[in-house]
Amino acid sequence: MAFKQVTSPHAHSAQNTAKVMQLVLLATVPGLIALTWQFGWGSFINIALASVTAVSCEAAIMRMRGRSVSFYLRDYSAVVTAVLLGLALPPLAPWWIVVVGTVFSIVVAKQLYGGLGYNPFNPAMIGYVVLLISFPIQMTTWITPLALLPLGTVHPGLIESLQIVFSGYTPADGVTGATPLDTFKHSSGLLADQIYAREPLFNQAMLAGAGWEWVNLGFLLGGLILLSQRIFTWHGPVGMLAALTLMSLIFWDGGSSSSPGSPLMHLFSGATMMGAFFILTDPVSSAVSNRGRLVFGALIGVLVYVIRAWGNYPDAVAFAVLLANFAAPFIDNYTLPRTYGHVDRRRATEKEDQS
Amino acid sequence: MNRTWVTPGGVHPPENKHQSMTQQIGSLPIPDKLVIPLSQHIGAAAAACVEVGQHVLKGQLIAEAAGVVSIPMHAPTSGTISAIEHRPIAHASGMLAPCIEITSDGADSWIEHQGISDYEHTSPEKLLEIVANAGITGMGGAGFPSAVKLNPGRQRPIDTLIINATECEPYITADDSAIRERAGEIVGGIKILSAILGHPHNILIGIEDNKPEAIAALQPHVESTGISIVVFPTKYPSGGEKQLIYILTGKELPAGKLPADLGMVCINIGTTYAIKRAVIDGEPLISRVTTVTGEAVGTQRNYDVLIGTPVSHLLAHNQFDQERCSRVIMGGPMMGFSLPSAEVPVVKTTNCILAPSYAEIPEDEPAQPCIRCGMCAEACPVSLLPQQLFWYAQAQDHDRLEAHNLFDCIECGACSYVCPSNIPLVQYYRSAKGEIRQAHDEKIRSDHARERFEFHKARIEQAEQEKEAKRAARREAAQQAKSATATNGSSGGSSAADIIAAAQARAAAKQASPEDQRAKLERTIAATEQRLQLAEEKLAEAVASNSDKQSVFSAAVENTRQKLEQSKSKLAELAE
Repeated sequence: MAFKQVTSPHAHSAQNTAKVMQLVLLATVPGLIALTWQFGWGSFINIALASVTAVSCEAAIMRMRGRSVSFYLRDYSAVVTAVLLGLALPPLAPWWIVVVGTVFSIVVAKQLYGGLGYNPFNPAMIGYVVLLISFPIQMTTWITPLALLPLGTVHPGLIESLQIVFSGYTPADGVTGATPLDTFKHSSGLLADQIYAREPLFNQAMLAGAGWEWVNLGFLLGGLILLSQRIFTWHGPVGMLAALTLMSLIFWDGGSSSSPGSPLMHLFSGATMMGAFFILTDPVSSAVSNRGRLVFGALIGVLVYVIRAWGNYPDAVAFAVLLANFAAPFIDNYTLPRTYGHVDRRRATEKEDQS
Repeated sequence: MNRTWVTPGGVHPPENKHQSMTQQIGSLPIPDKLVIPLSQHIGAAAAACVEVGQHVLKGQLIAEAAGVVSIPMHAPTSGTISAIEHRPIAHASGMLAPCIEITSDGADSWIEHQGISDYEHTSPEKLLEIVANAGITGMGGAGFPSAVKLNPGRQRPIDTLIINATECEPYITADDSAIRERAGEIVGGIKILSAILGHPHNILIGIEDNKPEAIAALQPHVESTGISIVVFPTKYPSGGEKQLIYILTGKELPAGKLPADLGMVCINIGTTYAIKRAVIDGEPLISRVTTVTGEAVGTQRNYDVLIGTPVSHLLAHNQFDQERCSRVIMGGPMMGFSLPSAEVPVVKTTNCILAPSYAEIPEDEPAQPCIRCGMCAEACPVSLLPQQLFWYAQAQDHDRLEAHNLFDCIECGACSYVCPSNIPLVQYYRSAKGEIRQAHDEKIRSDHARERFEFHKARIEQAEQEKEAKRAARREAAQQAKSATATNGSSGGSSAADIIAAAQARAAAKQASPEDQRAKLERTIAATEQRLQLAEEKLAEAVASNSDKQSVFSAAVENTRQKLEQSKSKLAELAE
């Protein structure tokens, strides 16, 4: 009797990459619902467009590389990149914005570096930053949140939204407006209390900014689901949120006219929660160890605050994440865990230094 | 209640232990042929001490231990030695190794044997000798000779004896069933161990909380013996020696150290039974409890199996269905290895034969790219970064692998188990370890060769330099003499003083080194001695023939002797 020879372990858990990716997709649903509720159908259309583009690009590249198209599409990683980019882009952005961003994410940021697992930078954030630098007007035109729409108006319906996206026709004033971070940044002569009292974006809100706080709560909920499913550990998100809170507390300045804003505003505005739970948790481009991820997250938190407070951009998650991606190998070098039976942690390059 | 500590990482694969626990430990008909490998353990292979055709009795010594770290082998049943040759053995590579084949005579008649009932009044040395002569190895894992483990030396007193009853691998129930049915004998074995080790302060039986029946069976036997049963939560791999030591004592075994360095000895609970049989009953280790399980066998249960029983014999008596079977594993589904054929024999470390169906353990899915999700790092019981090790193993970056503590990997398989991309991580680590060891050996070899070459070069260079120095000295002396002559010539004639000075300089140059002088003197002495001998012979001849040249020869002898003495005294001066 001859038997098949297989290496141990023979047992495997039921977890697989496709399931992990599907769970990430599912966890974006609360955020997507909040976006659609507060800002209309735009994000939905972004996601659909980005997904079709991403899958087509991935399939085309796999064919060019002579790999099995179906095997690589089944890991859902292209769809995850597309959905995250679609969620990050402004609702009702012209179709070509979405397509250009997605093509860049998948083809340049992911596949040209070797495909899944080999990209040093977060593909969705590369796509986002390329768009932000190249097309600032389209990228900073945000829809007015539900609570602030003029009386009697509603967000465009699905058909109308599709027309806006594909015709390139810009929505009328009143339907678009500034974001809370934008508003706060450009009200420099005023005390925080005055801004909160004057601006409907703030006085119509509970925590941080009308509409945006719901979106952030949605992503927080999705993130907590992933955390409970052990898709990632708490270290990255907690690192970022703690650093952001700390920075905004230190520089809060009692809400003076030069204050960059309260911790609550920073935590629940802009892309904070999406960044903390869906962007910096991308394992491929982040630091590796738990301690490393804590440092990685904290670095992003600090960078987000620094750029928001003293930089030119109202929000900064994409830039902060890409900068931290650069730093990840460096962080890894100093954050190896202590192995059983060893007194000290080691450094990743220890042996090279000796020789 | 003893405190326990929690190891990092670990996984909870489905236990699948109940299937084989529905019946008691069974026994099988004696197979026609038994194959006993000479190496079933860590250390030197045993040396066969029987001949083909010889009849042996059950329990008779058939192979002697070769050295200290080795074990003897005994005949598992009576019969005739029918072959001593290379056979396939239980090894992942499917390699062949020397084995003794016994054709059973069916009588199963024992050799005369006798145990000692009064082990408490027997010296530990004598007990150790019994354990060594019974061919007992660790029966849980690697198979380290027990007598070596139990003799850590005086400089390492043992204060903690740990009995490993964890059995954390899924499917395996050999220890569980043995404890349930043989608790008394097992505790007896533990008491003997305690006596051998000079009654250590702590005796701890570590057992997972998924074996309540076994715990209940042990309980009455350990009462008022000073032996503690320590129960801890089930988690794979708690049964690794390093893990168990941490769980029970909170101490980590420092890298590269042995438990004895911490004053501990860790023994598998199956081994304690074998020790009891050896000491009290005088029986060598010739059988063990092995679980036969998996959906591809009809009966899933534990058997008391003779060492050397072919796996095919076990399968044949359990309605094995090869059509349904995805692979045959010796050991458990986490660390066991798949067998190349069923002709492989059961050995002293075989705790399980697992024949899973395709539904239980399907074919491996193709590996997907690593996304560094870190689930492996969360599962690793020794806090490595498996994902980084994987990348560096692929890149064959040996420095990084060692900096990431590759050699602390216990190959438990927890990382591969959780990997969502189905990457055979452990296989990468095994292969990387092999590569590094090989590179290390090669480096040592090439270092030796280089050292030899460099020494050779240095020696030749030195000889060359010495010659050059002599030449230079001679040249200089000649130069001086020449210039002296030239100076004298110009001053219109040579003075006696100048000539003497030049001669002295030449002499000094000639006598440049005392070594040279000594060598020259020694040569002179040797030559003179030869001449003296010759002269004496001639003198003797002349005396014998009563020749008239006697006086001439005797003068020559005298002369040569004087010269010899002169040279010898010069040499003595030089030595001073």
